[in-house]
Amino acid sequence: MTMLSTGGQARVVPWGALGPWLALLATCIFFATQSDRFLTGENLSLVLQQVMVVGVLAIGQTLIILTAGIDLSCGMVMSLAGIVMTKFAVDYGFDPYVAIACGLGMATLFGLINGLLITKVKLPSFIVTLGTLNIAFAITQIYSESQTVRDLPAEMTALGNTFSIGSTEVGYGTIVMIVLYVLAWYMLRDSSPGRHVYAVGNNPEAARLTGISVDRVLLGVYALAGLFYGIAALLSVARTGVGDPQAGQTENLDAITAVVLGGTSLFGGRGILLGSLVGAVIVGVFRNGLTLMGVASVYQTLITGVLVILAVAADQMSRKGAR
Amino acid sequence: MTANINLSAAPLVMQARNIVKRYGQVTALDGVDFELRAGEILAVIGDNGAGKSSLIKVLSGAVTPDSGEMLLDGKPVHFRSPIDARRAGIETVYQDLAVAPAMSIAENLFLGRETLRPGILGKVFRLIDKPSMLKEAVRHMNELKIGIRSMTQAVETLSGGQRQGVAVARSAAFAQHVVIMDEPTAALGVKEGNMVLELIRRVRDKGLPVILISHNMPHVFEVADRIHIQRLGKRAAVVNPKKISMSDTVAIMTGAKPVDEIPGDCLA
Repeated sequence: MTMLSTGGQARVVPWGALGPWLALLATCIFFATQSDRFLTGENLSLVLQQVMVVGVLAIGQTLIILTAGIDLSCGMVMSLAGIVMTKFAVDYGFDPYVAIACGLGMATLFGLINGLLITKVKLPSFIVTLGTLNIAFAITQIYSESQTVRDLPAEMTALGNTFSIGSTEVGYGTIVMIVLYVLAWYMLRDSSPGRHVYAVGNNPEAARLTGISVDRVLLGVYALAGLFYGIAALLSVARTGVGDPQAGQTENLDAITAVVLGGTSLFGGRGILLGSLVGAVIVGVFRNGLTLMGVASVYQTLITGVLVILAVAADQMSRKGAR
Repeated sequence: MTANINLSAAPLVMQARNIVKRYGQVTALDGVDFELRAGEILAVIGDNGAGKSSLIKVLSGAVTPDSGEMLLDGKPVHFRSPIDARRAGIETVYQDLAVAPAMSIAENLFLGRETLRPGILGKVFRLIDKPSMLKEAVRHMNELKIGIRSMTQAVETLSGGQRQGVAVARSAAFAQHVVIMDEPTAALGVKEGNMVLELIRRVRDKGLPVILISHNMPHVFEVADRIHIQRLGKRAAVVNPKKISMSDTVAIMTGAKPVDEIPGDCLA
């Protein structure tokens, strides 16, 4: 009997999955016409190395945006974690691995505090993370006295090294980023906690009524996002070879831009994590291409700002179209 | 469609005795009794403020009563949350279509109770068993004759009635004892409302007693085997919709007609 099958058979066109790739393709074609150096293997491997920090930040950011939240503090938490791990190693002579663990722990703790304020005190994520953005920034400046931490142990910068495939240099950090993406993407898609992240973002009331502990999912998401920011801090430290208290300032917005460009809806519950990787590469290609064209860094920031608004507008309009 | 069993002889599945619930100065439930028999659709009706939704919240575990006793299959039960009630085999379908629209039908059916893969993949890594969930989803949807072809379709691509169908199928799939439906047709048009009524009958015919809360008298009279009339925090009467008129039912509900003026054979 097919009495309930009237209407509603239309499939939603998967623009969310295809759009980021088209945008990346268009961006690459544009810059290839603008600069001869853009399409060289050397330059593309440089882009990938530049992308790894924003890319890993964007994993954490995606988890949060999937729950219909936002994390404005990601870059600053990363910055703090970078200062903590480098100072612990250099100033206190901690074993490099212990120092790294302390940095990761600090970032996770910040994520957990964000999560607790959002679930237990019931504050909006926007306000909470606006607060922790400033708190993390201030602690970073106070603790580091705004001084760069130098002379890092080799273990701490190992992920900044590269190996060559043919003539192309590939960074170990890039490999770490890709592995993290594949793992997180698979768990979001095929594990029950992963599906609960989507359910909580899609309809928290429905999730609660089916017995999912919404608070536990949110706490887990914010803490795990913090851990990803900590890993991003390690990659950033490894790439630059120093603990930089000014790190994370452009990456903060770039990570959010990457997630939105990657097709994850700011309204929560919709999006594919691998899209954020494509989004991060788009942001990286933009910054790299504009640099090759000789565009000053402040204009790059301006263009990134325009990009994020365009991407959110596209998301908004496609939602309206789907209704 | 009448259930071909003598309802007055059917065993009591769910029973509540002398339930009291106060909110500050307001007494929402003033010693209400409630009885649900095996194999029946029991409608619960009542004017606004009669304690209808408080009663349902107590039965579904959303609210803990101040006093009174609840029995499930003759055994006393105490629900502190809807999750307790669900563990006891009582599933609730909510009027506002508690589904995750962007997720597939199969995922919605199993939301919060995903089938995990065998071995450490399921136990440690919490990986879900998609093929088995798809197969089970098809079975549950077919059992209720909900003609939707693809279980991987997102729920938002479905019509309102089909979405309610998913919510009903979810409850029927997991309920061991009772399905509670809170205004399941309220958000629907005439045609889709009728489809859902048909579904409610199929759930009963599958052997699960149904508690139906509805404002829609024609719907109540169409599917209910018995009607519990709630008034002023108490059970005013339980009537037989095959015998009593709709206007007498409404009269009891609003207090326009005392119950002792109703002929005895109209009561159930």
